Amino acid sequence: MVPIQENAMTEQLKRNFVEMNSRMTKNEALEEANRCLYCYDAPCITACPTSIQIPNFIKKIASGNMKGSAMTIMEANPIGASCARVCPTEELCEGACVLNASTKPIKIGHLQRYTTDWAMESDVELFKKGESNGQKVAIVGAGPAGLSAARELSRLGYGVTIFEAEAKAGGLGNYGIVSFRLPNDVVDWEVEQIVKLGVDIKTNTAVGVDISVEEILAQYDSVILAVGMGAVPNLGIEGEELAGVHDAIEFVKQTKMGLLTEDLVGKRVAVIGAGNTAIDGATCAVRLGAEQVEILYRRTEKEMTAYQFEYEFAKQDGVAFKWLTAPKKIIGDKAGKVVALECVKMKLGEAGADGRQRPEIIEGSDFVIEVDAVIKAIGQTRFVSLIEAFGLEHTHGVVDIDETTMQTSNKKVFACGDVVFGNGQGEAMVVTAAQQGKDAAYVIHEHLRKPSEIA
Amino acid sequence: MADLRINLAGIKSPNPFWLASAPPTNSGYQVQRAFEAGWGGAVWKTLGEPILNVTSRFAAVSYNGQRVAGFNNIELITDRPLEVNLKEIYETKKRFPDHAIIVSLMVEPKQEKWHEIVKKVEDVGVDGLELNFGCPHGMAERGMGSASGQVPELVEKQTYWVKEVARTPVIVKLTPNITDITVTAEAAARGGADAISMINTINSLAGVDLDSWNTVPHVGGKGAHGGYCGPAVKPIALNMVAECARNPLFNVPISGIGGISNWQDAAEFILMGATGVQVCTAAMHHGFSIVEDMIDGLNNYLDDKGIASVMDLVGRTVPRYSDWGNLDLNYKIVAEINNDVCINCNKCHIACEDTSHQCIDLYSESGRPMLKVREEDCVGCNLCSIVCPVDGAITMVERKSNIAPMTWNERQSLISNFAR
Repeated sequence: MVPIQENAMTEQLKRNFVEMNSRMTKNEALEEANRCLYCYDAPCITACPTSIQIPNFIKKIASGNMKGSAMTIMEANPIGASCARVCPTEELCEGACVLNASTKPIKIGHLQRYTTDWAMESDVELFKKGESNGQKVAIVGAGPAGLSAARELSRLGYGVTIFEAEAKAGGLGNYGIVSFRLPNDVVDWEVEQIVKLGVDIKTNTAVGVDISVEEILAQYDSVILAVGMGAVPNLGIEGEELAGVHDAIEFVKQTKMGLLTEDLVGKRVAVIGAGNTAIDGATCAVRLGAEQVEILYRRTEKEMTAYQFEYEFAKQDGVAFKWLTAPKKIIGDKAGKVVALECVKMKLGEAGADGRQRPEIIEGSDFVIEVDAVIKAIGQTRFVSLIEAFGLEHTHGVVDIDETTMQTSNKKVFACGDVVFGNGQGEAMVVTAAQQGKDAAYVIHEHLRKPSEIA
Repeated sequence: MADLRINLAGIKSPNPFWLASAPPTNSGYQVQRAFEAGWGGAVWKTLGEPILNVTSRFAAVSYNGQRVAGFNNIELITDRPLEVNLKEIYETKKRFPDHAIIVSLMVEPKQEKWHEIVKKVEDVGVDGLELNFGCPHGMAERGMGSASGQVPELVEKQTYWVKEVARTPVIVKLTPNITDITVTAEAAARGGADAISMINTINSLAGVDLDSWNTVPHVGGKGAHGGYCGPAVKPIALNMVAECARNPLFNVPISGIGGISNWQDAAEFILMGATGVQVCTAAMHHGFSIVEDMIDGLNNYLDDKGIASVMDLVGRTVPRYSDWGNLDLNYKIVAEINNDVCINCNKCHIACEDTSHQCIDLYSESGRPMLKVREEDCVGCNLCSIVCPVDGAITMVERKSNIAPMTWNERQSLISNFAR
């Protein structure tokens, strides 16, 4: 993809990636805040993986205590501004709101955004670094989990260094979540809050390349592995090397970095897979000007893993869905560019080990669709070599941890975030990663302070 | 279609909804617009010796985003020449002969002053007079308004002076800034008042600006107490109306005033003994058109209840209002929670647990939160049903007692009989 010159089309594409949801006005926020019942033992708090005291932050909006409202949110969730935008609130806090049973739920996500926007603009100091206890923790990965762990550890007095392979901290927030949901400046602000607490974030520093695993293990009292997940795996079919075949994660990342090209304007795009990343890839393709975007999934609507609201969103964006369809071969022209995708129809057979019905090929049902690009979104690979460089036990790339202590097979190394998600373990939400980061900080604190206390 | 006409001490009006003496009735233009909108009567903004007003004048109290829950003003009586007001009253009455025009008056507590203004006003043709013994600010500092309304002798004497010359019914408007309003009500009756109206506004300061530390409102950095009205004062006004209505020593009709915002409020005042009502804040908040629903709603209510005339509703609840000592000590109600309707905000639980009698248990039944009242500990205070945001989730139900009814007064007299 070649960045093109500033022109009318680029301007249009840029506008396509501007945050979609607008902020509540003060009046809207007050009206909504006053509607909150201030439940006792509120289910929204229980439903929030980071247990934000939601009724409290909402009442503080109503009383005009905006700093207090921001503190309440950010105390529980160091990336509360991002979560205000990306949390599947229908599945979490808003889904649990008691008003679902009488009127309509409080717009908690919007209110949280109202408050965190206030915090971003007013530039208040919310938290302070704790008094140094002389101990050092290294965190590998500056994504939601790593940043959250860093924030808490710094407040507890630890010297924290984060090693980040990318040029910017923020992880998924800065590289993976579509800009029209989460603009980078929100993530940058959250990172800045953590840097202000004295956390040293070493970007462009890939562990195992720019610094050795041994060095880290030797120099720090504890290590947190929070590297998330990697690229989309290969489909394992012919033609994946052709120009016009994209990894959805990489595809979204380009748009997050502002590299909006005109390559897809007026083109036909097929997206393989039907998870949330597939939706991201498809909707980004639409915003890059693609004329026709189709999501191909080998199972049906019922089995797709994308959230319902994401599915609705994609449909509203004009994305078409082809169920029970699997790619068989990507066809290129002489120049090595994608021109078509050979597919085959599927049917659902017997249930597999995971309880889901296995898709089976319907023989002789092959067909070809003409496409100019193919976006692969069939899951993510694991950073297995790094995990193994740390000598950690893992199951298919998912690091094994003790659920209570969050310790890996190396007692000095803790793991959290997507690196421990999978094989039926945990949730891949940003907000879950944030909580796991906090938890990792607390268990490390527990772990490291014990000997001195005994002494 | 119920008959909404009222007759208050001889003042007839097509419906019980009058505009109170206040900014909405400052001019002929306004009163005529009000009559066009459907208001049955208007009490013209108080006439008296010319005064000067200040800016600013009004302030309001918002509660959880609800604007004008209470309203505060430091505006005085009319600041327009008497002649202009009299001319406009004449013109308005001529245009709307069937609507009630009552003129509010306030002069120094001197016989000749009262005689003079009563004659002038009655000469232009009005349906009645209302003596403003209630305005709590500005005029009170000059010995008028509530300053004279707080002294029963002055109320009686001034009413008497007015009655010496008045040819139309005289309503005495009372101040609530007094310990027992029935005392001044009785004084007005002794002076010959044909009716009383209540309440005027309550001494108030709407607030303090937390940035400037000025009072709200303030005039160039200085504030003074105002008069409070609007929805927040309704319970105070309703009680005062009821206390007068049930007072056996007192037998003149009452015009109810104080936070009346809709037909329901009006019906409550009428049930508590008011023959008609006066409205100000609600009109100031929403404009004159609110009277449309007031009329329509009251009419439908009366039709639903099978009551032919609003006059038949007057005072129907008065016999049910008494002293605490006459309440049955053995009457028992308890809260009952319907978990099928309950949305589990648990506000009842925490309200009872923290601030009442700790009798609502919060427990889990197959994963679902449930609430249950321990009846033996429930005192029937109503708090849970008050804080419950869902209709029908909590009902206060009667538990028949095996013990015969007994009031405190009956109990005390029994005990004293034993002692003998």
